[in-house]
Amino acid sequence: MTAVHGEREPIVRISDAAVVLGGRTVWSQVGFDVQPGEFLGLIGTNGTGKTTLLRAILGTVPLAEGSIQVLGHARGRGHDLGYVPQKVVVDPDLPLRARDVVALGLDGAKVGLPLRTRSTWERVERALGAVDAQDLSERRIGRLSGGQQQRVLLAQSLVSDPKLVLLDEPLANLDPASVQEIVALLGRISRERNMAVILTAHDMNPLLPVLDRIVYLAKGHAAVGTTQEVARTDVLTRLYGSPIEVVTVHGRVVILPASGAPDTEAVHHSEPVQREPLP
Amino acid sequence: MTGIRMGIFSGGFFTTEAVWTALLVGGFAALVAAVAGVFTVMRGQSFAGHALADLGAVGGSGAFLLGVSQLWGFVGAGVLAAIVLEVIGLHRVRERDIATGIVFGFGLGLTALFLYLGTTLGHSSNQAVAVLFGSLFSIDPGVVGPVIGLGVLSLALVMLVSRWLSLEALDADIARARGVPVRLAGVLFMVALALAVELTALSIGAVLATALLIGPAACALQVTSRIPRAMWVAVVVGVGCTVLGIFISYESYAWSPGHRAWPASFCIVAIVFVCYLSTRVWNTVSAAMTRRRGVRRVGQVSERIREGN
Repeated sequence: MTAVHGEREPIVRISDAAVVLGGRTVWSQVGFDVQPGEFLGLIGTNGTGKTTLLRAILGTVPLAEGSIQVLGHARGRGHDLGYVPQKVVVDPDLPLRARDVVALGLDGAKVGLPLRTRSTWERVERALGAVDAQDLSERRIGRLSGGQQQRVLLAQSLVSDPKLVLLDEPLANLDPASVQEIVALLGRISRERNMAVILTAHDMNPLLPVLDRIVYLAKGHAAVGTTQEVARTDVLTRLYGSPIEVVTVHGRVVILPASGAPDTEAVHHSEPVQREPLP
Repeated sequence: MTGIRMGIFSGGFFTTEAVWTALLVGGFAALVAAVAGVFTVMRGQSFAGHALADLGAVGGSGAFLLGVSQLWGFVGAGVLAAIVLEVIGLHRVRERDIATGIVFGFGLGLTALFLYLGTTLGHSSNQAVAVLFGSLFSIDPGVVGPVIGLGVLSLALVMLVSRWLSLEALDADIARARGVPVRLAGVLFMVALALAVELTALSIGAVLATALLIGPAACALQVTSRIPRAMWVAVVVGVGCTVLGIFISYESYAWSPGHRAWPASFCIVAIVFVCYLSTRVWNTVSAAMTRRRGVRRVGQVSERIREGN
């Protein structure tokens, strides 16, 4: 496939991909492109293969059919790719401080002893500062809380100025204020550095202001649309197989699990915005 | 044997060649084991380390049966075992545990057979004991060169892959995403580990080798949260315990009842054990101190709040 002149080469190109795990087809006929700087939300109910899709982009899960090209290669690896998995279980005694973890995001794939210069450490501290974790710098990673670890791992993924970051449930362990903060940060970095973001989330609400497009996985297939196309009552209700309501509160789009008839009064008076996970 | 003993112990500590050989081989093996040990503990592979010592003993005892140098028996069998253990899949921790357990059980069986056959063929039974429990004072000075060469190789391998191992210890998928060749890192580290373990097995015996691999590293990880510093602390503890152990063993000839010098292996391992206990106690005490200081600080803050500041 040759790039048409004037058209940007996509960061990720997924064509007709399928993954089979343990004899079960997780999903098939998945195909979409991710453009540089694009912010993509990956949604779907539990077990629909969101994490598997991220891992397929990483190349750690083999494809049964089709192909995935990341940055022009068969699988994504290295400096241009940041990744934060969903569950990282860190040994409390692991002898790595937060700053060591972030530094490994820069040079962990290199051979030899780490002899890091002052400018490397400054870069590391800046990355920690960006996620508001500079005061955790000297602490052992395994002794931090889940939310603190999440911030440090995020700094680890962003420190190398990647062209693409894959984030698996990056907001799961964070309190509501931190969620807003991290989402704003990701949106800003994505715009400023032209960094593409693919993240999975159960709760789309805090992400709606920054998402360019949504990929939704359901019944073994993926569909892609802009946020306006997907964040609609009828589309989401069909996707989740249970009533979902999309309403606008004070100029903000909010997705709510609906119980029977829409209770608009409750919606209008629910302030602050409800952030219940979708069923 | 008593004659040899008399020969060794009649001279001064630093004027006897056997003592110098013991210090060189024992100390250097401890250094190599301490460095590899830090990553072994981080990766949760101490069981694999023990298995490599036992499988190396197959080679050591085989060499004893054939009457050739035990060093090459240990190292050959250990490196082969390391590669086989890493390559036959073992992707999951559980599989690794079971496969390691079964394979090394069989290894010890073979060792028993070779040692039995060797002693019935008329080799000295002291050498059979040396395979299992070490005999630092009767090491052939000719192995010093190869021991240092193999030790340097092990150190170089660990240094080479140290960052790969660190990132993988955090999370294997993050390591893969960053471009770390995780399989290659695993194989290279297992070879480095095998070399470290077999050199230690040669010095303090296959059964006790794990103590010098894990002990100093475990002490170091109790007192520091940085890998480079942990390596230095582990080396100091490992080499220190070995030198002190050799000295005590040597001196024990003078004051032990009936001039039965205590084995160097025992002295070394006992000191390692004391070191580990001390760091645990020190850690617990200092944690309690920090907690109390924290409580006092909170107290001060609440006082200030009460005063309206």
